[in-house]
Amino acid sequence: MGRTSTFLLSAAAAVLAGATPAFSAWQPQKPIEFVATAGPGGGTDNLARAVQNIITKHKLTEQPIVVVNKGGGSGAEGYVYGKASAGDPHKVIFGTSNAWQQPLVSKVAFNYTDLTPIAAMAQDEFLLWVKQDAPYKTAGDYLKAAASGEFKMGGAQSKDTDEVLTRMIEKAGHIKLTYIPFKSGAETAVQLAGGHLDSHVNNPSESLGQWRGGTQRPLCVFSPKRLPQGAKVTATEGWSDVPTCIEQGLDIKQYEQPRTVWLPGKVTPDQAAFYVDLMKKVQATPEWKDYIEKTSQVDTFLTGAEFDKFIKEDLEHVKQVAGEQGWLVK
Amino acid sequence: MDNLQELLHGFTIAVTVPHLVLMVVGVLLGILVGVLPGLGAPNGVSLLLPLTFGMQPVSAIILLSSMYWGALFGGSVTSILFNIPGEPSSVATTFDGYPMARDGRPTTALATAFGSAAFGALVGVILITFLASWVAQVALAFGPPEYFAVYFLAFASFVGMGGAAPIKTVVALAIGFAIAAIGIDTVSGSVRLTMGVDELVKGVSFVVAVMGLFGIGELLVAVEEEFHARAVSSKIDWREVFRAVGRLPRHGVALLRSAAIGCWMGITPGGPTAASFMSYGIARRFSRRGRYFGTGEVEGIISPETADHAAGTSALLPMLSLGIPGSATAAVMMGGLMIWGLNPGPMLFVDQKDFVWGLIASMYVGNIVAVALVLLTVPVFAALMRIPFVVIAPLIVIICVVGAYSVSNSYLDVVMMLGFGIVGYLFKKLFYPLAPLVLAIVIGDKAEDAFRQSMLMSKGSLGIFFANKLVTCLIVAGIALLLLPLALQLARLWRKPASPATDTTSQEKVII
Repeated sequence: MGRTSTFLLSAAAAVLAGATPAFSAWQPQKPIEFVATAGPGGGTDNLARAVQNIITKHKLTEQPIVVVNKGGGSGAEGYVYGKASAGDPHKVIFGTSNAWQQPLVSKVAFNYTDLTPIAAMAQDEFLLWVKQDAPYKTAGDYLKAAASGEFKMGGAQSKDTDEVLTRMIEKAGHIKLTYIPFKSGAETAVQLAGGHLDSHVNNPSESLGQWRGGTQRPLCVFSPKRLPQGAKVTATEGWSDVPTCIEQGLDIKQYEQPRTVWLPGKVTPDQAAFYVDLMKKVQATPEWKDYIEKTSQVDTFLTGAEFDKFIKEDLEHVKQVAGEQGWLVK
Repeated sequence: MDNLQELLHGFTIAVTVPHLVLMVVGVLLGILVGVLPGLGAPNGVSLLLPLTFGMQPVSAIILLSSMYWGALFGGSVTSILFNIPGEPSSVATTFDGYPMARDGRPTTALATAFGSAAFGALVGVILITFLASWVAQVALAFGPPEYFAVYFLAFASFVGMGGAAPIKTVVALAIGFAIAAIGIDTVSGSVRLTMGVDELVKGVSFVVAVMGLFGIGELLVAVEEEFHARAVSSKIDWREVFRAVGRLPRHGVALLRSAAIGCWMGITPGGPTAASFMSYGIARRFSRRGRYFGTGEVEGIISPETADHAAGTSALLPMLSLGIPGSATAAVMMGGLMIWGLNPGPMLFVDQKDFVWGLIASMYVGNIVAVALVLLTVPVFAALMRIPFVVIAPLIVIICVVGAYSVSNSYLDVVMMLGFGIVGYLFKKLFYPLAPLVLAIVIGDKAEDAFRQSMLMSKGSLGIFFANKLVTCLIVAGIALLLLPLALQLARLWRKPASPATDTTSQEKVII
């Protein structure tokens, strides 16, 4: 009740003050806080800082923006903070599909329904990587080899996107993998380069340098079609030369991780609309294109019903895998 | 000598007027964030990062790395003067630095710390210059069992090392491990030990723990003893700065040993924190004046500082050549590299020669700039010690509260920090050692992750820790360090009946 009346009051105040055209756009009244649900230097942090930079450069809002990192507990710290900030439209939370996946498998004190979805921007693709000098050339070879010996698959975090994908590969390929969780994709890539693992399922940007440096190579991409043409990564190959996993007989059509943007719960539709619009403007800038290209992500923009549908579908899917593995909490 | 040529080329890039200006600006900003607790190098660098987007990558990395050097030096200032370490890696500096400063010799303590830090950094850069490719190979050999072995070695070099009863050290370690376990567990993905407090899911920040344990804990003891009620009448003497630096070569063995430990821990992914603790522990065992450690001993400052900076510097190499950041600050810089359009990894040394060698050359110049600037500031910082305790005490409380809050803008952190203050006070009163507690908080969960990853790989067999030469050597060295004090005592007991008149030194050692 208290909150509702505050909203009414502030809405009334805004109208009275005539600061904004009547009833239409809400505008932020104080500095905006971007909460990255990851430590400094990670993909989510990079996104938050890139968006901050673009907004500031193009003066897309009057208010200054600060980025804070709340990456503790695999991002749970940031989401819990978002939940606790209900009703505050000056906090924007940047995350991944973690927002709905994590509450399924760990007893964290939030759910994605505690937040207001704004948009999914930029999809990160997943690829199957092996060591450069591994004998197998295709995903088919890999599956055959993995069937006879127990392969070690590395990934970032436990019961998170990487492990979910690993379990899907096990099922689709009728093999058994030993999953070893590390803190980050970068760490996993180094472990593969050192020969301590047999494979991992890193995003393109997490292993780009390693591929170019000839320590590991991608076998296939978990996407319905090949990645868009871009600059060559190695002397002879670029991302578009990597076959899809389906082409190679590993039947996983699509697996990707969206970078997601949220407001705390209990904000007004006007306030949410302001940020949807803001993110759309960000996406139209050349700097955004540049960011997408440099981080080898796929440009995308899901909001409203489309975003909801995406979450529901992904949730169903993860629930199934998590259920089979016995990960579900409660 | 290809590397030498590349390095000279690098100098032509680094030693230009705009870059020298960037270095000075970076170092000064770094000292500032280093001295202000709760800010620290990682935060400082990430605040500065957006400003570098428009710059040339070389200029950007020179600015950021200079800030890092400055912050490393600045972090030692608060450790020595107020017993508040700004970075995990400067905790070990407080053990002897703070007693020496309280003893009326803040100038000596600061100058010694800066001098040996510069020496460590220099050794680190030289290593990077000449052994870049070899070093990258060594780092690759480190899988989870090797990681665990390195951490084990760090713990072993510190455990049972005198100062406190071994059982008290073990108790302190165990409490530290429990605190490190709070939050989400990497290996199982589940939430541990949050005791129903939702916010604890993020774990306990090192800064929060250390500000309480050292800053507030020390303050409580001081208030009780009324010992510090008067200001330290330290003479501010410029010549003492140079005299302290000039005396460093006398401790050549300690310097070299610490630099070697630092470089080793920087290349292998042990990192600066483990390096400084390990170096301090080993110095205490092997120094002739080891039993005076903790009361303001020069080598007690030299050892952790040299190792810290040697490790901090050489840790940049794995970041560049493998894309594996050795510290939180390196992680931020790596994020920067990606945004500037560079990909850390083995190809960086081939594709981006100007960038890599410009950076390495700037490490030489940047460290010289940094040490010159910090030595100039020594008298200013030392003068802080003249401020009466009644003024400084509330300031320390404010610094600790603000520092704890600014870690993640959380009130809970402030409460926890004060709680840690009480723990620190109790530890001091009951003669429990704080160092093992802090060491376990900082690298406890990394050691645990590495151990459990190894167990996953070997399906539960401990044999994995003896699976190859590298890991076997590390583990055996660790076990030897653990058993050494025990063996020495046994040997002494065995000798005792033969020569009942043992000299006082060995008797004191037995007590320790």
